[in-house]
Amino acid sequence: MLILECPYCGVKAEETELTAGGEAHLKRYGPGSSDDEFEGYLFTRENPMGVHFERWRHSNGCGKWFHAARSTTTLEVFGTYSAQTTEPPQEIKDKISARHPGWSWRDQS
Amino acid sequence: MSTRLAKGGRLIDRSKTVKFSFNGKSFTGYQGDTLASALLANDQMLVGRSFKYHRPRGIVASGAEEPNALVNLGSGVTHEPNQRATTTELFEGLTATPQNVWPSLDFDIGAVNSYASRLLTAGFYYKMFMYPRAFWKHVYEPFIRQSAGLGKAPDAETRDPDTYEHFYAFVDVLVIGGGVAGLQAAKTAADSGAKVLLIEQTADWGGRSLVDGGSIDGKPAVDWIKDTLEALENMPNVTLRNRMMGAGVYDHGYALGYERLTDHAPKVAGPRHRLWRIRAKQIVTATGAIERPLSFAGNDIPGVMLAAAVRDYVVNHGVSIGDRTVVVTNNDDAYRTAIALNEAGLDVPVIVDAREFGGGALMEQAKALGIRVETGCGIAKVHGKKRVTSVDICKQAGEGAVLWSIPCEAVAMSGGWSPVVHLWSHCGGKLNWDDTQAFFRPDASRPPKGDDGEAMVRVAGSANGELGLNAGLQDATAVGQAAAAAAGFEVAAVAPQAAEEPETPIEPIWQMPQGAHYGLRLKSWLDFQNDVKVSDVQLAAQEGYESVEHTKRYTTLGMATDQGKLSNINGLATLSNALGEDIPQVGTTTFRPPYTPISMGAIAGEARGEIFQPIRKTPMHAWHEANGAHFEPVGHWRRPYAFVKSGESVKEAVHREVLATRNSLGLLDASTLGKIIVKGPDAGKFMDMMYTNMMSNLKIGKCRYGLMCTENGFLTDDGVVARIDEDTWLCHTTTGGADRIHAHIEEWLQTEWWDWKVYTANITEQLAQVAVVGPNARKLLEKLGGMDVSKEALPFMEWRDGELGGFPVRAYRISFSGELSYEIAVPANLGRAFWDKLLEAGAEWNVTPYGTECLHIMRAEKGFIMIGDETDGTVIPQDLGLNWAISKKKEDFLGKRAQQRSHMTDPKRWKLVGLETVDGSTLPDGAYAVAEGKNANGQRNTQGRVTSTYHSPTLNKGIAMGLVLNGPDRMGEVIEFAAVDGETMIGAKIVSPVFFDPDGEKQNV
Amino acid sequence: MSDIATSLNGASFEGITRVEEMRAQGMITLRGDFADPAFVSAVTGLVEADMPGQRQVSTGAERSILWMSPDELMVLCTYAEAPILEAKLRDALADQHALVANVSDARACFELVGGDLREVLAKLAPVDMSPEAFAVGDLRRTRLAQVAGAFWLSSEDKAQIVCFRSVGEYMFNLLKTAAQPGSSVGFI
Repeated sequence: MLILECPYCGVKAEETELTAGGEAHLKRYGPGSSDDEFEGYLFTRENPMGVHFERWRHSNGCGKWFHAARSTTTLEVFGTYSAQTTEPPQEIKDKISARHPGWSWRDQS
Repeated sequence: MSTRLAKGGRLIDRSKTVKFSFNGKSFTGYQGDTLASALLANDQMLVGRSFKYHRPRGIVASGAEEPNALVNLGSGVTHEPNQRATTTELFEGLTATPQNVWPSLDFDIGAVNSYASRLLTAGFYYKMFMYPRAFWKHVYEPFIRQSAGLGKAPDAETRDPDTYEHFYAFVDVLVIGGGVAGLQAAKTAADSGAKVLLIEQTADWGGRSLVDGGSIDGKPAVDWIKDTLEALENMPNVTLRNRMMGAGVYDHGYALGYERLTDHAPKVAGPRHRLWRIRAKQIVTATGAIERPLSFAGNDIPGVMLAAAVRDYVVNHGVSIGDRTVVVTNNDDAYRTAIALNEAGLDVPVIVDAREFGGGALMEQAKALGIRVETGCGIAKVHGKKRVTSVDICKQAGEGAVLWSIPCEAVAMSGGWSPVVHLWSHCGGKLNWDDTQAFFRPDASRPPKGDDGEAMVRVAGSANGELGLNAGLQDATAVGQAAAAAAGFEVAAVAPQAAEEPETPIEPIWQMPQGAHYGLRLKSWLDFQNDVKVSDVQLAAQEGYESVEHTKRYTTLGMATDQGKLSNINGLATLSNALGEDIPQVGTTTFRPPYTPISMGAIAGEARGEIFQPIRKTPMHAWHEANGAHFEPVGHWRRPYAFVKSGESVKEAVHREVLATRNSLGLLDASTLGKIIVKGPDAGKFMDMMYTNMMSNLKIGKCRYGLMCTENGFLTDDGVVARIDEDTWLCHTTTGGADRIHAHIEEWLQTEWWDWKVYTANITEQLAQVAVVGPNARKLLEKLGGMDVSKEALPFMEWRDGELGGFPVRAYRISFSGELSYEIAVPANLGRAFWDKLLEAGAEWNVTPYGTECLHIMRAEKGFIMIGDETDGTVIPQDLGLNWAISKKKEDFLGKRAQQRSHMTDPKRWKLVGLETVDGSTLPDGAYAVAEGKNANGQRNTQGRVTSTYHSPTLNKGIAMGLVLNGPDRMGEVIEFAAVDGETMIGAKIVSPVFFDPDGEKQNV
Repeated sequence: MSDIATSLNGASFEGITRVEEMRAQGMITLRGDFADPAFVSAVTGLVEADMPGQRQVSTGAERSILWMSPDELMVLCTYAEAPILEAKLRDALADQHALVANVSDARACFELVGGDLREVLAKLAPVDMSPEAFAVGDLRRTRLAQVAGAFWLSSEDKAQIVCFRSVGEYMFNLLKTAAQPGSSVGFI
């Protein structure tokens, strides 16, 4: 059972306090977008073996959404960070690079 | 026979006898006995029958690895199947019965299977019971159900009287296993100042050293254990728990500890089991090793036991298995059994050592005691039925020609030791095959990793493959130190020194004798409980089963309740030999938690009876309970479905409630409706994104019905929105939707439009809400007095704050029934008093509290949709004729883009209509309308389905709503719906979904 | 008001700790910008307590402020005072982007007194309840068994627990079960 630190209240919360919210850093496409753009936004998801960026909510806690960078294979957590951002902080990307040189995820690397 | 010796028994107190019963007979044992040792002391060698052949089964082991001695424990409400006699501490009045015996333990009909064992080979279930097909249901299954299986499930009507609980513990270092290695690892880690929890599954600290002796730092091992235990007990940073098993290791340092608090003392108050949910920075497993059986013909006959178990019973309980015990081994450790038996005054006619040159110092010691040792030999066959009578000795290298036949009552076998690597493996720790010692051991370079990506589990002592006392202590010290360091604590540790004689290496023996012919292999058991023999595994290999996981399932090897603790290594060695591959290539099956079965009660913890799950109750719930409410679950709420009066059926109650409300006055407890405040300078803009209709232009004091869609375009919730002030809106959600919708709103605010200035608050439970409904609703409120609720002062779809009957209220003029209707919100703590007041004041109009079914009928009569009935996660508002509630002016809202997708705009989408049966009957819920032709699967085509259906008391006929292909264009057409039997057709006319008061004259007064 | 009825009307239980439902507690939810001095001074001035730190309880002479999230506070006062204080806070924060809501009736509140209260909580919540990890004045929002709740220690032998009103009975029975006689763990 995972532990993730909520960056908003500082609690190292176990999974039963949290709700998983799927892939992070999706760009919303609304009216006016093409069918392909909208389909990509609504349905296409990464399914990596390894580095992944996810959304979690501290639902049985402060109620805030946050982001987590972790490995789907080793379950190593590289860090958690604010949900109010469109890409992972450099510090977390550096940490991933140290563990997994040459990693990439969507347009991140 | 097996018996109690006059002397000895480290654990028993001969001054305290304990009465118990087994198989209906009364016995006595001593305090300190296990059920197994007490049975053996009473010459009860036969304890059960095997799963497949119903072969007689005796006790094999002395601990958690026992495959045979499973009993039904207790009776009635405390009955529990599949309890291991070897780990059941004896207590006064214990009652046990054998399992899988029919009709009795001594005479078992199923034992004829044994004679047919040549037919009941690997995969027998798959081969035997396939044909003829019809036999399965009437012949095979009833027989298998009667004869197979283990313990009896508790009677469905009984309720476990014991209580159970969970406990969350957080430690720096968790040490699992209280033998010498565990004690030393815990002591080392604790010396660093780390917070340490040390757990041991038995009642006893010290592990094998208590029986096997040795000396540590110049003192006897037992003294060292006592001193170390005392030192640990005195350390404030250490907690010691015995009778607590490490059941499983999981991600990120999570481990389960299964503490059995009162199993050994059933009369003590408090919970029976406690499941510890432990989060440890580091986990040390010092879980020891398990002795392996040897595969020789007749190795399953009662009286054949693991060598260490034989010496455990002598040393711990003063119990002898028989006067004459033949010891058979491929390693030095079994000599300790011969020596212990000799010291207890029992006869060891021969030690059969499969190794050409025998053992080392221990062999010499045995020889010096005058015990005969035959090296390079093995057992060809054990004779006996319900117990051992003699053994045939042969050359290990040969095919089983008998050299000597030796009468005996017991055989003590040792095929070597396997480290208990289960906990290491649960969370991904990898193993290496150790060729010298012939076992799998943890590979420290491939450990289970924690959230930081570093090792979170370490293994100490025998579990790590360090079987020697001294090697184990050195290992445990290093591991304890490393665990403390990884948890952030430094300690300089010096390992104690143990003196021990060097041992001669084991020689792996997977079949005895190595060239055993088929007849012997057919009687060489690997898995005692599931009746898997060497020949079965070999046959599986021949038939093409190469993967160990497949072989396991095909042969059922290791699938019994002991999960192959004794059989797995022998089984996979047999498989690898048959396949001509190395053992590491074949690999092991997966180790899954729990280590041994844990009680369902412990897993459930406190969640049983009235707190099985949270039941949400409104402030008026107690009144409902006292007034005949027939409840239905809505989310975690319990809402009255109807209030049933005496002499009335539920259906009649619903009928009465509808008519009373339509004709005079009804009350509904609407407190469960969600209430969410949305406030801020950007709240209007945000509301317009959340709802399909325009909410920003709603005037203060007014209400508007709104729809919420997901980004997929599907309708997810609906409700009335009230504009409170310039920057505040109050959103009502469905009963089940409050938490979900609040989370949905917060999600968009926090993760998409986080720069918008909006705050929300879920105030659902702050308010009790009552719908006052019916032609006399206004009269009732006017009677209470305090605010003007007239048509002019409080028009339809508006709200006002005020006072009614002395209660502070917010009154909404909204209607879900088509009647003149108000919803009145009061602070929750006043909810009950307000409800009582309404009932009292409304008596003159026959005020009638009504339930959810009445609410549903009235809304269906009016053609109002219900989330969860008309919607199922695939329905868009356009399907329901709700286009009027979808803004065309707004550039964007959640779901807008999705609703433009081609499938969403397809004119062939089924649309909402009303349905009226031709004969006035009520359509079955969920019925499909059939269409011409069949689909690719040969099923009838469909053209619609029923979403809501009721008998309308108002109209005295069946009414329904449904989604129908081109429905709104087919008014008046009769289509056919299939009844539950799929054959009978019910004709229904397509009509407007508004069945009652289409012009809204009743609510607009 | 005599008509006030809380979830359990002050039920109590004596086990390895004492469990008691607290009668009507005043509570006000506040949301706003903690970095805005105007918000802070308005709140601390009216409540007469300091701003709490992250996951802390700040206790004033008569009222307390609980830190609920980076933009949410909970003010504790008497039940009778809550609507009055709510109005004052709303007035004081009228010019700011803030939200004030009286939620006194939305909650059930319990007190654990004496005995093994830390262990009783540790049976229900996935929280390290050891004194070095959870001190007097710390606040934790979490789940207790199957429902969301918050708790804090007002002293070494007094814990306050808050949950939603509708599950008050569940919470009381839960605490009763966790506090059953003979169930001391002896760990904390």
